Amino acid sequence: MDPIREAMLKKSHSAKLERRGKTISLVCISLIVIVVVAIFFFVASKGLATFFQNKINLWSFLTKSVWNPSMKDAHGNPEVGALPMIVGSFGVTFLSAIIATPFAVGAGIFMTEISRKWGQKILQPVIELLVGIPSVVYGFIGLSVVVPFIRHIFGGTGFGILAGTFVLFVMILPTVTSMTVDALKAVPRHYREASLALGATRWQTIYRVVLRAAIPGILTGIVFGMARAFGEALAVQMVIGNAALLPKNLVSPASTLTSVLTSGIGNTVMGSLENNALWSLALLLLLMSLAFNLLIRWIGKKGELNK
Amino acid sequence: MNPKIADKVATTVLYIISGIIIIILASLLGYILFQGVPHISWHFLTSPAQSFEAGGGIGVQLFNSFYLLVLAMLISTPISLGAGIYLSEYAKKNWLTDAIRTSIEILSSLPSVVVGLFGFLIFVLQFKFGFSILSGALALTVFNLPLLTRNVEDSLRGVSDEQREAGLALGLSRWETVLHVVIPEALPGIITGMILGAGRVFGEAAALIYTAGQSAPALDFTNWNPANIASPLNPFRPAETLAVHIWKINSEGIQPDAVAVSAGASAVLVIAVLIFNLSARYFGNRLFKKMTAA
Repeated sequence: MDPIREAMLKKSHSAKLERRGKTISLVCISLIVIVVVAIFFFVASKGLATFFQNKINLWSFLTKSVWNPSMKDAHGNPEVGALPMIVGSFGVTFLSAIIATPFAVGAGIFMTEISRKWGQKILQPVIELLVGIPSVVYGFIGLSVVVPFIRHIFGGTGFGILAGTFVLFVMILPTVTSMTVDALKAVPRHYREASLALGATRWQTIYRVVLRAAIPGILTGIVFGMARAFGEALAVQMVIGNAALLPKNLVSPASTLTSVLTSGIGNTVMGSLENNALWSLALLLLLMSLAFNLLIRWIGKKGELNK
Repeated sequence: MNPKIADKVATTVLYIISGIIIIILASLLGYILFQGVPHISWHFLTSPAQSFEAGGGIGVQLFNSFYLLVLAMLISTPISLGAGIYLSEYAKKNWLTDAIRTSIEILSSLPSVVVGLFGFLIFVLQFKFGFSILSGALALTVFNLPLLTRNVEDSLRGVSDEQREAGLALGLSRWETVLHVVIPEALPGIITGMILGAGRVFGEAAALIYTAGQSAPALDFTNWNPANIASPLNPFRPAETLAVHIWKINSEGIQPDAVAVSAGASAVLVIAVLIFNLSARYFGNRLFKKMTAA
């Protein structure tokens, strides 16, 4: 073969590089996808063992309120009722989101509509910093400030859903606020101008126009905060009291899915029912985070349609 | 109500809400720093922890945190770069790309306990790494990858298409264009994201309890042979980090000065995060100025 023909038919140096580069990047992205699939596969296979191997009824797992996997009840069934943890998790999540929302929306409006200068100068940096504070630090402060405070006011131990709510409220506040700010900033300027030109006051403009237009974004922020609150482990575990009982009130010791997991998984034998039941809780956590994800997507789609 | 009065009332309420938030946040930071900083001393930062008596330090934990951080960033940086390049440069607009994006989104919203449990199952038990720095670093990689990848992708997307076209017009392949034209231009954003990611990893605890372990064996800081069990560099030794230490001494409560130690350690953590945030901004700005010659 003559050299020219050979050179034309052979792949150029650049083409080889290109192929190698593309392969490398493809390997990286596949690795991430494989990890996601593996997480779901392994957690699901462990978590489902409770129902398939140990023959626990799914319904009684979700609705019974006695959590004591090493003991058996009167019918000889192991006592694995996850209701106390489910109630605890949802309780702290919803309560903290309900408290955080007015604060986050208020601060967001303040930063974008009322005083951009002060918002940018003071609120913005403080909120950015707070997003970065590690959750154990929140837990420690909850333990050394919030719990004694609640004990002082309401009596009892001070541990419980109220303490967990308060810690989570402070934790998710920066997340929800910064997403609310983004949503409010995305509202086009001419919406405000049109409303003001009609003679509306600033508050009427905010309340009737800007907030309405930003609702999908704000809701996304709130759900994001709830997802974070639901999955938060250590800060909650430190203040909630860790008693796997159905909470009688907001200041009695309770537990969440994450708190039982962090304190329990190291003390049980792999493959035993106690252990499998904990993995079922992990699976529940995984599915809930999936549900929050879907909810965020759904809100996003709804928001697009309204425009 | 008169709209004008309503406007005044609403504005006042908004001022009050913002004020309350600032007070909460300020007292939070103030509490951490005022309670913690007095405990920070050279002795506190360098001496090993005590289990049953007062006067212990956080030396080993501090070293573990940094070592784990370096290892985790060493593993996750190249992977996230590659994945980010794929998403911004090569991915076509089809269902497969959508599925990839969705899975990254899901991974980024997973609770860190779940990531930790996965690491426990796979790295600690399946791969038999035991409770070790390596398991911890891999778990942190899983925890960090989605956010880093998204950051790389966003930074690369911020580079204008003219730059890519110019590279391709010069006869460079796409890969070469990315390496020599697009990445240098996107570098400030990428570095900022990496430093912020490092700050997040530094304070993470839930993913580490069951991967890097909750014990910090004494280290021999004169022995730098990575194969030796007492060597600080050994990646197969259990390594309790600073954040895990705070959690552990508070939930066990056998250390007489647990409150003082955790106050000091919390202050160290917060100051470290502060440094990460400030340096992310500083390096980002500086690199940007250098690159754009502005």
